Amino acid sequence: MKDLIIKPEKFSIYWKQLIRELDNFGYGSLGIVALTSVFMGAVITIQTVYNLVNPLVPLSAVGIVARDSIILEFSPTMMSLVLAGKIGSSIASEIGTMRVTEQIDALEIMGINSSAYLVLPKILAAMFIFPFVVLISMFLGIAGGWIAGVLAGVVSSADYVKGIQDSFVPFNIVFALIKTITFAYIITTVSAYHGYHTEGGALEVGQSSTSAVVYSSILILIFDYLLTQLILT
Amino acid sequence: MIEIKEISKSFNGRQILKGVSTTFETGHVNLVIGGSGSGKTVLMKSMVGLVEIDGGEIWYDEKIFSNLERKERKPFRQEIGMVFQGGALFDSLNVEKNVMFPLNMFTKMSLEEKRERVHFCLKRVNLVNVEKLTPSELSGGMKKRVAIARAIAPSPKYLFCDEPNSGLDPQTSIVIDNLIKEITEEFNITTIVNTHDMNSVLEIGDKILYVHKGEKWWEGTIEDILKTDNKELNDFIFASKLAKNIKKTGLI
Repeated sequence: MKDLIIKPEKFSIYWKQLIRELDNFGYGSLGIVALTSVFMGAVITIQTVYNLVNPLVPLSAVGIVARDSIILEFSPTMMSLVLAGKIGSSIASEIGTMRVTEQIDALEIMGINSSAYLVLPKILAAMFIFPFVVLISMFLGIAGGWIAGVLAGVVSSADYVKGIQDSFVPFNIVFALIKTITFAYIITTVSAYHGYHTEGGALEVGQSSTSAVVYSSILILIFDYLLTQLILT
Repeated sequence: MIEIKEISKSFNGRQILKGVSTTFETGHVNLVIGGSGSGKTVLMKSMVGLVEIDGGEIWYDEKIFSNLERKERKPFRQEIGMVFQGGALFDSLNVEKNVMFPLNMFTKMSLEEKRERVHFCLKRVNLVNVEKLTPSELSGGMKKRVAIARAIAPSPKYLFCDEPNSGLDPQTSIVIDNLIKEITEEFNITTIVNTHDMNSVLEIGDKILYVHKGEKWWEGTIEDILKTDNKELNDFIFASKLAKNIKKTGLI
């Protein structure tokens, strides 16, 4: 970790790497994030309606449940698990392949701090861009719930919109973003660690990639619990 | 000139290098030969600092390299070029950007100057119109030549080549060998080549160091190697029937 905190050999090169990773992590993830978020919101809405059997509870509660579930849990945590699969495996296999094909040795020979050059831009890019991705996911999840609810005829547009506006706690968004930044750090550091310490060949690169996803996911779940306990109680 | 003194290295209690000492002269192609597992790759990686030695000293032109901290080694590193066995070209960059990479990192040259230098280096290794190709579009021999171009781009004083002929056909191997020899003499570089290609030994070896079981077993010139009665070295160099017959008939 201490190798990561250095004065860059050339700031402009690190900056270019950072921009490349921002594009990769942000724009490159939008497709899967959008698809997952819309369907996640749709399923939450329909299942909430299905379970709402008490006639005394207004249908606008569907909007409240969908909004809070998506903001507090599904967008930050579920999306981070999805991103751990997509980005985590990509980081581990990219760095792992560079390790086994001696590209990392080539960087070291040139006098470049390979861990800082390869890992630092990824960590910074993920911690910066993931919150935006999660905000988009929140919006699309809530919109997906609205579309599915209205199209299925299980909740009216007015009830759903009323629900998502009722007793809204802005801090929930802040809490979700704190979680997201923590998860971004976990995904990039764990994956980079597994990639950087790959030894062997193609088989080991695959194993590193799998380990990166598994350990990132486990740590995300543990930190999800810890942060919720720490901040919300 | 590079001088190594009593270098030793162990991995998990197994001693790979056992007090190897020698001198590699400037302007010459110095070959390190030895069978698989003899320790020659560890020796090369130790010399460039990719592997930390347990004991001994490494000197670059009368300046000590071993025992230095990572930060203190930086000036040395920028004078070292290395050609890896598989080329180690960066997959995400095209040929031009690969060769330009060390220049981007450590020089203040303008883009135009860097482009000129890249084209000069590529031309020097007999590659033209390949600038925009990615490493996956290159043949094995072209990858090695691009790797050589990248290694010489920042005008290094020391060039290390780890089995530059592995995986190449005999004709391409000769091309690469001759290129290494020419570049060494033209730019007055201290070149060290790890190889077990006997063509290289006979064609370009100014000085030959034979490493056996982690020890310096023999060293000398190509003329010495033909006269030596060192059994292990003779078994290694003249392993094939053809080579034995050539030595017997004195046709080399």
